[in-house]
Amino acid sequence: MKIVVDYDLCESNAVCMQIMPEVFEVRDDDFLYVLDENPGDEHRSKVDECVNRCPKQAISVQD
Amino acid sequence: MTARSVTIVGAALAGLRGAEALRRDGFDGPITMVGEEAHLPYDRPPLSKQFLSGEWPADRTSLIGSAQLSELDVAARLSTRAESFELSSRVLELSDGERLVVDGLMITTGSRARVLPGGERMTGLHVLRSLDDAVGLRADLDRSPSRVVVVGAGFIGAEVASTIKTLGIDVTVVEAGRNPLGRVLGDEIGAICGEIHREQGVDLRTGVGVDAIEGAERVEAVRLSDGSRVNADVVVVGIGAIPNSEWLRGSGLTVDDGILCDETCLAAPGVVAAGDVARWPNRRFGEVMRVEHWDNAIEQATHAALRLMHEGPGDEATEFTPVPWFWSDQYDRKIQMAGRVRPGDRSQLVTGSFDERRFAVLFGRSDRLMGVVGFNRPRHVMRYKSMITDGVSFADAVSADV
Ligand SMILES: Cc1cc2nc3c(=O)[nH]c(=O)nc-3n(C[C@H](O)[C@H](O)[C@H](O)COP(=O)(O)OP(=O)(O)OC[C@H]3O[C@@H](n4cnc5c(N)ncnc54)[C@H](O)[C@@H]3O)c2cc1C
Ligand code: SF4
Repeated sequence: MKIVVDYDLCESNAVCMQIMPEVFEVRDDDFLYVLDENPGDEHRSKVDECVNRCPKQAISVQD
Repeated sequence: MTARSVTIVGAALAGLRGAEALRRDGFDGPITMVGEEAHLPYDRPPLSKQFLSGEWPADRTSLIGSAQLSELDVAARLSTRAESFELSSRVLELSDGERLVVDGLMITTGSRARVLPGGERMTGLHVLRSLDDAVGLRADLDRSPSRVVVVGAGFIGAEVASTIKTLGIDVTVVEAGRNPLGRVLGDEIGAICGEIHREQGVDLRTGVGVDAIEGAERVEAVRLSDGSRVNADVVVVGIGAIPNSEWLRGSGLTVDDGILCDETCLAAPGVVAAGDVARWPNRRFGEVMRVEHWDNAIEQATHAALRLMHEGPGDEATEFTPVPWFWSDQYDRKIQMAGRVRPGDRSQLVTGSFDERRFAVLFGRSDRLMGVVGFNRPRHVMRYKSMITDGVSFADAVSADV
Protein backbone atom coordinates (compact mmCIF):
# COMPACT_ATOMS: atom_id res chain seq x y z
CA MET A 1 0.00 0.00 0.00
CA LYS A 2 1.12 3.52 -0.75
CA ILE A 3 0.13 6.53 1.33
CA VAL A 4 -0.76 9.65 -0.63
CA VAL A 5 -1.36 13.01 1.02
CA ASP A 6 -3.09 15.85 -0.79
CA TYR A 7 -1.08 18.79 0.50
CA ASP A 8 -3.62 21.28 -0.81
CA LEU A 9 -6.12 19.85 1.66
CA CYS A 10 -3.79 19.05 4.57
CA GLU A 11 -3.81 21.72 7.26
CA SER A 12 -1.04 20.17 9.38
CA ASN A 13 -3.21 19.53 12.41
CA ALA A 14 -1.21 16.40 13.24
CA VAL A 15 -4.22 14.17 13.86
CA CYS A 16 -2.57 11.45 11.78
CA MET A 17 0.70 11.91 13.67
CA GLN A 18 -1.05 11.15 16.94
CA ILE A 19 -2.24 7.85 15.53
CA MET A 20 0.92 6.83 13.63
CA PRO A 21 3.93 8.90 14.66
CA GLU A 22 6.17 6.42 12.86
CA VAL A 23 4.53 7.35 9.54
CA PHE A 24 3.37 10.96 9.86
CA GLU A 25 5.29 13.86 11.32
CA VAL A 26 4.26 17.50 11.48
CA ARG A 27 7.51 19.36 12.08
CA ASP A 28 8.23 22.72 13.65
CA ASP A 29 7.94 24.32 10.23
CA ASP A 30 4.22 23.34 10.35
CA PHE A 31 4.47 21.03 7.37
CA LEU A 32 3.49 17.39 7.31
CA TYR A 33 6.17 14.89 6.32
CA VAL A 34 5.36 11.31 5.45
CA LEU A 35 8.21 9.30 6.97
CA ASP A 36 7.16 5.98 5.49
CA GLU A 37 5.08 6.07 2.33
CA ASN A 38 4.82 2.30 2.09
CA PRO A 39 4.04 0.80 5.48
CA GLY A 40 3.55 -2.97 5.48
CA ASP A 41 0.08 -4.46 5.18
CA GLU A 42 0.08 -5.37 8.87
CA HIS A 43 -0.41 -1.64 9.53
CA ARG A 44 -3.52 -1.47 7.39
CA SER A 45 -6.08 -0.84 10.14
CA LYS A 46 -3.97 1.95 11.70
CA VAL A 47 -3.56 3.57 8.30
CA ASP A 48 -7.31 3.28 7.70
CA GLU A 49 -7.85 5.01 11.03
CA CYS A 50 -5.63 7.88 9.87
CA VAL A 51 -7.62 8.12 6.63
CA ASN A 52 -10.92 8.22 8.56
CA ARG A 53 -9.79 10.60 11.27
CA CYS A 54 -8.17 13.15 8.94
CA PRO A 55 -10.76 15.92 9.09
CA LYS A 56 -9.69 17.27 5.72
CA GLN A 57 -9.93 13.98 3.82
CA ALA A 58 -6.33 14.62 2.81
CA ILE A 59 -4.98 11.08 3.15
CA SER A 60 -5.66 8.29 0.71
CA VAL A 61 -4.20 4.84 0.16
CA GLN A 62 -3.29 3.28 -3.15
CA ASP A 63 -3.04 -0.50 -3.13
CA MET B 1 -24.83 -11.00 26.26
CA THR B 2 -23.19 -10.26 22.98
CA ALA B 3 -25.40 -9.05 20.16
CA ARG B 4 -26.00 -11.46 17.28
CA SER B 5 -27.26 -8.72 15.02
CA VAL B 6 -26.94 -4.95 15.21
CA THR B 7 -29.33 -2.24 14.05
CA ILE B 8 -27.92 1.24 13.66
CA VAL B 9 -30.41 4.10 13.58
CA GLY B 10 -28.98 7.19 11.87
CA ALA B 11 -27.01 6.59 8.67
CA ALA B 12 -24.42 9.32 8.83
CA LEU B 13 -20.92 9.83 10.23
CA ALA B 14 -21.33 8.13 13.62
CA GLY B 15 -23.51 5.34 12.21
CA LEU B 16 -21.06 4.48 9.46
CA ARG B 17 -17.96 4.61 11.66
CA GLY B 18 -19.77 2.45 14.20
CA ALA B 19 -20.55 -0.16 11.55
CA GLU B 20 -16.94 -0.16 10.40
CA ALA B 21 -15.72 -0.58 13.97
CA LEU B 22 -18.02 -3.59 14.44
CA ARG B 23 -16.57 -5.26 11.37
CA ARG B 24 -12.99 -4.39 12.33
CA ASP B 25 -13.66 -6.01 15.70
CA GLY B 26 -14.62 -9.19 13.89
CA PHE B 27 -18.39 -9.02 14.26
CA ASP B 28 -19.84 -11.07 11.42
CA GLY B 29 -23.57 -10.94 12.20
CA PRO B 30 -26.06 -8.86 10.20
CA ILE B 31 -25.82 -5.07 10.44
CA THR B 32 -28.74 -2.92 9.32
CA MET B 33 -28.42 0.85 9.10
CA VAL B 34 -31.64 2.84 9.07
CA GLY B 35 -31.46 6.45 7.85
CA GLU B 36 -34.05 9.14 7.34
CA GLU B 37 -32.12 10.88 4.59
CA ALA B 38 -32.15 9.60 1.02
CA HIS B 39 -28.33 9.73 0.85
CA LEU B 40 -25.67 7.29 1.88
CA PRO B 41 -23.49 8.70 4.68
CA TYR B 42 -21.79 11.94 3.69
CA ASP B 43 -19.61 14.49 5.41
CA ARG B 44 -21.20 17.66 6.79
CA PRO B 45 -18.22 19.99 7.41
CA PRO B 46 -17.71 20.70 3.68
CA LEU B 47 -21.37 21.77 3.38
CA SER B 48 -20.58 25.20 4.85
CA LYS B 49 -17.13 25.29 3.25
CA GLN B 50 -16.09 23.70 -0.07
CA PHE B 51 -19.56 22.64 -1.17
CA LEU B 52 -21.19 26.00 -0.46
CA SER B 53 -18.38 27.86 -2.20
CA GLY B 54 -18.86 25.72 -5.30
CA GLU B 55 -15.35 24.29 -5.05
CA TRP B 56 -16.56 20.73 -4.44
CA PRO B 57 -19.42 18.92 -6.16
CA ALA B 58 -21.88 17.13 -3.88
CA ASP B 59 -20.39 13.69 -4.50
CA ARG B 60 -17.10 14.75 -2.96
CA THR B 61 -18.80 14.88 0.41
CA SER B 62 -19.62 11.17 0.18
CA LEU B 63 -18.13 9.01 2.96
CA ILE B 64 -18.85 5.66 1.33
CA GLY B 65 -20.19 4.27 -1.94
CA SER B 66 -22.81 1.55 -2.21
CA ALA B 67 -20.21 -0.97 -3.43
CA GLN B 68 -18.01 -0.37 -0.38
CA LEU B 69 -21.05 -0.60 1.86
CA SER B 70 -21.94 -4.03 0.47
CA GLU B 71 -18.33 -5.05 0.89
CA LEU B 72 -18.73 -4.11 4.53
CA ASP B 73 -21.86 -6.25 4.47
CA VAL B 74 -24.10 -3.50 5.83
CA ALA B 75 -27.72 -3.29 4.69
CA ALA B 76 -28.78 0.34 4.36
CA ARG B 77 -32.44 1.29 4.61
CA LEU B 78 -32.46 4.87 3.44
CA SER B 79 -35.37 7.34 3.33
CA THR B 80 -36.65 5.44 6.36
CA ARG B 81 -37.25 7.00 9.74
CA ALA B 82 -37.25 5.13 13.03
CA GLU B 83 -40.50 6.26 14.63
CA SER B 84 -40.23 4.60 18.03
CA PHE B 85 -38.47 1.97 20.08
CA GLU B 86 -39.61 -0.04 23.07
CA LEU B 87 -36.86 -1.32 25.31
CA SER B 88 -38.88 -4.07 26.98
CA SER B 89 -39.95 -5.72 23.72
CA ARG B 90 -37.01 -4.37 21.68
CA VAL B 91 -39.41 -3.42 18.92
CA LEU B 92 -38.21 -0.71 16.56
CA GLU B 93 -40.96 0.81 14.48
CA LEU B 94 -40.06 2.23 11.09
CA SER B 95 -41.80 4.87 8.99
CA ASP B 96 -42.63 2.30 6.30
CA GLY B 97 -44.72 0.47 8.89
CA GLU B 98 -42.31 -2.35 9.53
CA ARG B 99 -41.65 -3.41 13.13
CA LEU B 100 -38.22 -4.89 13.67
CA VAL B 101 -37.29 -6.82 16.77
CA VAL B 102 -33.72 -5.70 17.31
CA ASP B 103 -30.89 -7.30 19.20
CA GLY B 104 -28.01 -4.83 19.50
CA LEU B 105 -29.09 -1.22 18.93
CA MET B 106 -26.82 1.71 18.16
CA ILE B 107 -28.41 5.15 18.25
CA THR B 108 -26.68 7.69 16.02
CA THR B 109 -29.52 10.04 15.07
CA GLY B 110 -27.41 13.17 15.48
CA SER B 111 -28.92 16.62 15.71
CA ARG B 112 -30.86 19.03 13.55
CA ALA B 113 -30.72 22.77 13.05
CA ARG B 114 -32.68 24.91 15.46
CA VAL B 115 -35.18 27.18 13.68
CA LEU B 116 -36.43 30.64 14.64
CA PRO B 117 -39.06 30.57 17.39
CA GLY B 118 -41.77 31.75 14.99
CA GLY B 119 -41.11 28.73 12.78
CA GLU B 120 -41.53 30.87 9.65
CA ARG B 121 -41.40 29.14 6.28
CA MET B 122 -40.59 31.24 3.24
CA THR B 123 -38.64 30.85 0.06
CA GLY B 124 -35.14 32.13 0.69
CA LEU B 125 -35.14 31.22 4.38
CA HIS B 126 -32.61 28.50 5.12
CA VAL B 127 -30.94 26.43 7.77
CA LEU B 128 -27.82 24.38 7.02
CA ARG B 129 -27.63 20.86 8.35
CA SER B 130 -28.12 18.40 5.51
CA LEU B 131 -26.88 18.03 1.97
CA ASP B 132 -30.39 18.90 0.76
CA ASP B 133 -30.28 22.10 2.82
CA ALA B 134 -26.92 22.94 1.27
CA VAL B 135 -28.15 22.25 -2.26
CA GLY B 136 -31.11 24.57 -1.66
CA LEU B 137 -28.96 27.35 -0.25
CA ARG B 138 -26.43 26.95 -3.03
CA ALA B 139 -29.20 27.32 -5.63
CA ASP B 140 -30.32 30.58 -4.00
CA LEU B 141 -26.74 31.88 -4.07
CA ASP B 142 -26.55 31.09 -7.79
CA ARG B 143 -29.35 33.58 -8.33
CA SER B 144 -26.94 36.38 -7.26
CA PRO B 145 -28.77 37.75 -4.23
CA SER B 146 -28.01 41.37 -3.40
CA ARG B 147 -27.65 40.62 0.31
CA VAL B 148 -27.67 37.59 2.57
CA VAL B 149 -28.49 37.90 6.26
CA VAL B 150 -26.99 35.27 8.52
CA VAL B 151 -28.73 34.93 11.87
CA GLY B 152 -26.29 33.73 14.53
CA ALA B 153 -22.51 34.07 14.47
CA GLY B 154 -21.75 30.63 15.91
CA PHE B 155 -19.52 28.25 14.00
CA ILE B 156 -21.98 27.40 11.24
CA GLY B 157 -23.15 31.03 10.87
CA ALA B 158 -19.58 32.32 10.79
CA GLU B 159 -18.53 29.76 8.20
CA VAL B 160 -21.56 30.47 6.04
CA ALA B 161 -20.92 34.21 6.24
CA SER B 162 -17.27 33.68 5.38
CA THR B 163 -18.00 31.45 2.38
CA ILE B 164 -20.75 33.69 1.01
CA LYS B 165 -18.70 36.87 1.45
CA THR B 166 -15.81 35.22 -0.36
CA LEU B 167 -18.20 34.64 -3.28
CA GLY B 168 -18.55 38.41 -3.51
CA ILE B 169 -22.05 38.62 -2.05
CA ASP B 170 -22.86 41.22 0.62
CA VAL B 171 -23.49 39.70 4.03
CA THR B 172 -25.01 40.96 7.27
CA VAL B 173 -24.49 38.83 10.37
CA VAL B 174 -26.83 39.29 13.31
CA GLU B 175 -25.60 38.01 16.66
CA ALA B 176 -27.49 38.29 19.94
CA GLY B 177 -24.35 37.98 22.07
CA ARG B 178 -21.79 40.68 22.68
CA ASN B 179 -19.24 38.94 20.46
CA PRO B 180 -19.35 36.11 17.95
CA LEU B 181 -18.54 32.84 19.71
CA GLY B 182 -18.02 34.72 22.96
CA ARG B 183 -19.68 31.99 24.96
CA VAL B 184 -17.43 29.28 23.53
CA LEU B 185 -14.12 31.05 23.06
CA GLY B 186 -14.45 33.82 25.64
CA ASP B 187 -15.01 37.51 24.94
CA GLU B 188 -11.40 38.34 24.22
CA ILE B 189 -11.09 35.84 21.37
CA GLY B 190 -14.73 36.40 20.39
CA ALA B 191 -13.91 40.07 19.81
CA ILE B 192 -11.15 39.03 17.42
CA CYS B 193 -13.64 36.87 15.50
CA GLY B 194 -15.82 39.98 15.23
CA GLU B 195 -12.92 42.07 13.93
CA ILE B 196 -12.12 39.44 11.33
CA HIS B 197 -15.69 39.51 10.01
CA ARG B 198 -15.64 43.31 9.78
CA GLU B 199 -12.25 43.43 8.10
CA GLN B 200 -13.61 41.15 5.43
CA GLY B 201 -16.40 43.62 4.79
CA VAL B 202 -19.18 41.76 6.60
CA ASP B 203 -21.79 43.98 8.25
CA LEU B 204 -21.74 42.47 11.76
CA ARG B 205 -24.43 43.54 14.22
CA THR B 206 -23.90 42.24 17.75
CA GLY B 207 -26.12 42.47 20.80
CA VAL B 208 -29.28 42.43 18.68
CA GLY B 209 -31.90 39.81 18.12
CA VAL B 210 -34.27 39.12 15.25
CA ASP B 211 -37.86 40.32 15.75
CA ALA B 212 -39.28 39.13 12.46
CA ILE B 213 -38.52 37.83 9.01
CA GLU B 214 -40.53 39.96 6.57
CA GLY B 215 -41.83 38.88 3.21
CA ALA B 216 -44.78 37.18 1.61
CA GLU B 217 -43.80 34.10 -0.39
CA ARG B 218 -40.18 35.11 -0.41
CA VAL B 219 -37.92 36.66 2.20
CA GLU B 220 -37.64 40.44 1.80
CA ALA B 221 -36.10 41.77 4.98
CA VAL B 222 -35.14 41.02 8.55
CA ARG B 223 -36.41 43.25 11.34
CA LEU B 224 -34.04 43.51 14.28
CA SER B 225 -34.71 44.09 17.96
CA ASP B 226 -33.07 47.53 17.82
CA GLY B 227 -35.78 48.64 15.39
CA SER B 228 -33.59 48.49 12.28
CA ARG B 229 -34.51 46.62 9.14
CA VAL B 230 -32.08 44.88 6.79
CA ASN B 231 -33.19 44.06 3.25
CA ALA B 232 -32.26 40.54 2.19
CA ASP B 233 -33.16 38.04 -0.52
CA VAL B 234 -31.67 35.15 1.41
CA VAL B 235 -31.60 34.49 5.15
CA VAL B 236 -29.59 31.69 6.76
CA VAL B 237 -30.42 30.81 10.34
CA GLY B 238 -27.53 29.32 12.32
CA ILE B 239 -28.66 29.37 15.93
CA GLY B 240 -27.55 25.98 17.12
CA ALA B 241 -28.67 22.39 16.99
CA ILE B 242 -31.15 20.16 18.80
CA PRO B 243 -30.49 16.44 19.36
CA ASN B 244 -32.77 14.07 17.46
CA SER B 245 -33.92 12.12 20.49
CA GLU B 246 -37.67 12.82 20.66
CA TRP B 247 -38.45 9.59 18.83
CA LEU B 248 -37.15 7.72 21.89
CA ARG B 249 -39.53 9.36 24.38
CA GLY B 250 -41.42 6.64 26.20
CA SER B 251 -38.97 4.00 24.98
CA GLY B 252 -37.62 3.18 28.42
CA LEU B 253 -34.36 4.99 27.65
CA THR B 254 -33.58 8.31 29.35
CA VAL B 255 -34.13 11.22 26.99
CA ASP B 256 -32.68 14.42 28.39
CA ASP B 257 -31.25 16.77 25.79
CA GLY B 258 -30.04 13.69 23.91
CA ILE B 259 -29.88 10.05 24.97
CA LEU B 260 -28.36 9.63 28.38
CA CYS B 261 -25.70 6.91 28.52
CA ASP B 262 -23.41 5.66 31.23
CA GLU B 263 -19.66 6.33 31.29
CA THR B 264 -19.13 3.63 28.69
CA CYS B 265 -21.71 4.87 26.12
CA LEU B 266 -24.24 2.21 27.15
CA ALA B 267 -27.81 3.55 27.32
CA ALA B 268 -29.40 0.24 28.39
CA PRO B 269 -28.45 -3.42 28.03
CA GLY B 270 -27.65 -3.93 24.36
CA VAL B 271 -28.24 -0.28 23.50
CA VAL B 272 -25.48 2.27 22.88
CA ALA B 273 -25.49 5.82 21.54
CA ALA B 274 -22.83 7.95 19.90
CA GLY B 275 -22.26 11.25 18.14
CA ASP B 276 -24.28 14.46 18.39
CA VAL B 277 -27.24 12.66 20.05
CA ALA B 278 -25.35 11.03 22.94
CA ARG B 279 -24.97 12.50 26.42
CA TRP B 280 -22.66 10.79 28.87
CA PRO B 281 -20.56 11.47 31.95
CA ASN B 282 -17.02 12.17 30.81
CA ARG B 283 -14.98 11.32 33.90
CA ARG B 284 -11.93 13.18 32.66
CA PHE B 285 -13.80 16.46 33.03
CA GLY B 286 -16.27 15.44 35.74
CA GLU B 287 -19.05 16.63 33.48
CA VAL B 288 -22.06 15.09 31.77
CA MET B 289 -21.61 16.25 28.20
CA ARG B 290 -22.99 16.04 24.71
CA VAL B 291 -20.50 16.94 22.01
CA GLU B 292 -21.46 18.18 18.54
CA HIS B 293 -18.09 17.71 16.87
CA TRP B 294 -17.05 15.68 13.87
CA ASP B 295 -14.14 13.93 15.55
CA ASN B 296 -16.22 12.93 18.55
CA ALA B 297 -18.78 11.26 16.30
CA ILE B 298 -16.04 8.96 15.00
CA GLU B 299 -14.31 8.29 18.30
CA GLN B 300 -17.51 7.76 20.25
CA ALA B 301 -19.06 5.53 17.58
CA THR B 302 -15.97 3.36 17.64
CA HIS B 303 -16.08 3.16 21.41
CA ALA B 304 -19.83 2.48 21.49
CA ALA B 305 -19.55 -0.27 18.86
CA LEU B 306 -16.94 -2.10 20.92
CA ARG B 307 -19.03 -1.57 24.02
CA LEU B 308 -21.93 -3.32 22.34
CA MET B 309 -19.74 -6.28 21.45
CA HIS B 310 -18.16 -6.67 24.85
CA GLU B 311 -20.85 -6.16 27.40
CA GLY B 312 -20.98 -9.50 29.13
CA PRO B 313 -19.83 -9.89 32.76
CA GLY B 314 -16.09 -10.18 32.86
CA ASP B 315 -15.71 -8.11 29.73
CA GLU B 316 -13.83 -4.98 30.52
CA ALA B 317 -16.14 -2.04 29.87
CA THR B 318 -13.92 0.95 29.40
CA GLU B 319 -15.06 4.47 30.14
CA PHE B 320 -15.22 6.96 27.29
CA THR B 321 -13.08 9.91 28.39
CA PRO B 322 -12.06 11.88 25.30
CA VAL B 323 -10.70 15.40 25.13
CA PRO B 324 -13.23 17.05 22.77
CA TRP B 325 -11.67 18.72 19.75
CA PHE B 326 -12.98 20.59 16.74
CA TRP B 327 -11.98 22.93 13.98
CA SER B 328 -13.73 25.68 12.06
CA ASP B 329 -12.48 27.41 8.91
CA GLN B 330 -13.45 31.05 8.54
CA TYR B 331 -11.91 33.21 5.82
CA ASP B 332 -8.21 32.34 5.96
CA ARG B 333 -8.32 31.47 9.66
CA LYS B 334 -8.26 27.91 10.87
CA ILE B 335 -9.74 27.96 14.33
CA GLN B 336 -9.33 24.95 16.56
CA MET B 337 -10.24 24.18 20.08
CA ALA B 338 -9.61 21.24 22.39
CA GLY B 339 -10.82 20.52 25.91
CA ARG B 340 -13.50 22.23 27.93
CA VAL B 341 -13.46 25.95 28.61
CA ARG B 342 -15.80 27.80 30.97
CA PRO B 343 -16.26 31.46 31.77
CA GLY B 344 -13.95 32.27 34.67
CA ASP B 345 -11.19 29.89 33.57
CA ARG B 346 -7.86 31.60 33.53
CA SER B 347 -6.14 32.01 30.22
CA GLN B 348 -2.66 32.61 28.90
CA LEU B 349 -1.40 33.37 25.42
CA VAL B 350 1.43 30.93 24.74
CA THR B 351 2.39 31.50 21.16
CA GLY B 352 1.88 34.15 18.49
CA SER B 353 -0.17 37.30 19.07
CA PHE B 354 -3.74 38.51 18.80
CA ASP B 355 -2.58 41.24 16.39
CA GLU B 356 -1.36 38.80 13.78
CA ARG B 357 -4.42 36.59 14.40
CA ARG B 358 -2.13 33.64 14.74
CA PHE B 359 -1.89 32.37 18.28
CA ALA B 360 -2.63 29.69 20.84
CA VAL B 361 -4.26 30.44 24.19
CA LEU B 362 -4.40 27.99 27.06
CA PHE B 363 -7.21 27.78 29.60
CA GLY B 364 -6.88 26.44 33.13
CA ARG B 365 -8.97 25.78 36.20
CA SER B 366 -7.29 25.44 39.60
CA ASP B 367 -3.94 24.21 38.43
CA ARG B 368 -5.25 22.04 35.64
CA LEU B 369 -4.88 22.58 31.93
CA MET B 370 -8.47 22.43 30.65
CA GLY B 371 -8.44 23.72 27.12
CA VAL B 372 -6.64 25.33 24.23
CA VAL B 373 -7.81 27.60 21.42
CA GLY B 374 -5.68 28.18 18.36
CA PHE B 375 -5.95 30.46 15.35
CA ASN B 376 -3.83 29.13 12.49
CA ARG B 377 -1.87 27.02 14.97
CA PRO B 378 -3.11 23.51 14.28
CA ARG B 379 0.09 21.77 15.33
CA HIS B 380 0.19 23.60 18.66
CA VAL B 381 -3.43 22.81 19.43
CA MET B 382 -2.74 19.11 18.95
CA ARG B 383 0.32 19.23 21.21
CA TYR B 384 -1.61 20.93 23.98
CA LYS B 385 -4.50 18.53 23.46
CA SER B 386 -2.07 15.69 24.28
CA MET B 387 -1.05 17.57 27.42
CA ILE B 388 -4.71 17.82 28.48
CA THR B 389 -4.99 14.07 27.92
CA ASP B 390 -1.86 13.49 30.00
CA GLY B 391 -3.13 15.68 32.85
CA VAL B 392 -0.29 18.18 32.59
CA SER B 393 -0.64 21.14 34.96
CA PHE B 394 -1.48 24.60 33.66
CA ALA B 395 1.87 25.98 34.79
CA ASP B 396 3.82 23.18 33.11
CA ALA B 397 1.84 23.61 29.89
CA VAL B 398 2.48 27.35 29.86
CA SER B 399 6.22 26.85 30.25
CA ALA B 400 6.45 23.88 27.88
CA ASP B 401 8.48 24.25 24.72
CA VAL B 402 6.04 23.46 21.88
C1 LIG C 1 -22.68 22.60 7.93
C2 LIG C 1 -21.93 21.89 9.03
C3 LIG C 1 -20.57 22.11 9.20
C4 LIG C 1 -19.86 21.48 10.22
N1 LIG C 1 -18.53 21.73 10.36
C5 LIG C 1 -17.84 21.14 11.36
C6 LIG C 1 -16.46 21.42 11.53
O1 LIG C 1 -15.85 22.20 10.79
N2 LIG C 1 -15.80 20.81 12.54
C7 LIG C 1 -16.43 19.94 13.41
O2 LIG C 1 -15.79 19.42 14.32
N3 LIG C 1 -17.74 19.64 13.26
C8 LIG C 1 -18.46 20.23 12.26
N4 LIG C 1 -19.81 19.96 12.10
C9 LIG C 1 -20.45 19.01 13.05
C10 LIG C 1 -20.38 17.56 12.58
O3 LIG C 1 -20.71 17.46 11.23
C11 LIG C 1 -21.30 16.71 13.43
O4 LIG C 1 -20.79 16.68 14.74
C12 LIG C 1 -21.47 15.29 12.89
O5 LIG C 1 -22.14 15.32 11.67
C13 LIG C 1 -22.22 14.40 13.87
O6 LIG C 1 -22.44 13.14 13.30
P1 LIG C 1 -23.64 12.19 13.74
O7 LIG C 1 -23.52 11.00 12.87
O8 LIG C 1 -23.62 12.05 15.20
O9 LIG C 1 -24.98 12.99 13.44
P2 LIG C 1 -25.57 13.58 12.09
O10 LIG C 1 -24.48 13.91 11.16
O11 LIG C 1 -26.51 14.65 12.51
O12 LIG C 1 -26.39 12.37 11.46
C14 LIG C 1 -27.55 11.84 12.02
C15 LIG C 1 -28.34 11.13 10.95
O13 LIG C 1 -29.44 10.47 11.54
C16 LIG C 1 -30.60 10.69 10.77
N5 LIG C 1 -31.78 10.55 11.64
C17 LIG C 1 -32.22 11.41 12.59
N6 LIG C 1 -33.32 10.93 13.20
C18 LIG C 1 -33.59 9.73 12.64
C19 LIG C 1 -34.59 8.73 12.85
N7 LIG C 1 -35.52 8.86 13.80
N8 LIG C 1 -34.56 7.63 12.07
C20 LIG C 1 -33.60 7.46 11.11
N9 LIG C 1 -32.63 8.37 10.88
C21 LIG C 1 -32.62 9.49 11.63
C22 LIG C 1 -30.41 12.07 10.23
O14 LIG C 1 -31.22 12.28 9.11
C23 LIG C 1 -28.92 12.08 9.92
O15 LIG C 1 -28.67 11.59 8.64
C24 LIG C 1 -20.54 20.59 11.09
C25 LIG C 1 -21.91 20.36 10.93
C26 LIG C 1 -22.61 20.99 9.92
C27 LIG C 1 -24.09 20.76 9.77
S1 SF4 D 1 -4.68 14.48 9.73
FE1 SF4 D 1 -4.97 15.20 7.63
S2 SF4 D 1 -4.94 17.43 7.76
FE2 SF4 D 1 -4.09 16.64 9.66
S3 SF4 D 1 -1.87 16.61 9.33
FE3 SF4 D 1 -2.64 14.57 8.82
S4 SF4 D 1 -3.05 14.68 6.62
FE4 SF4 D 1 -2.85 16.78 7.31
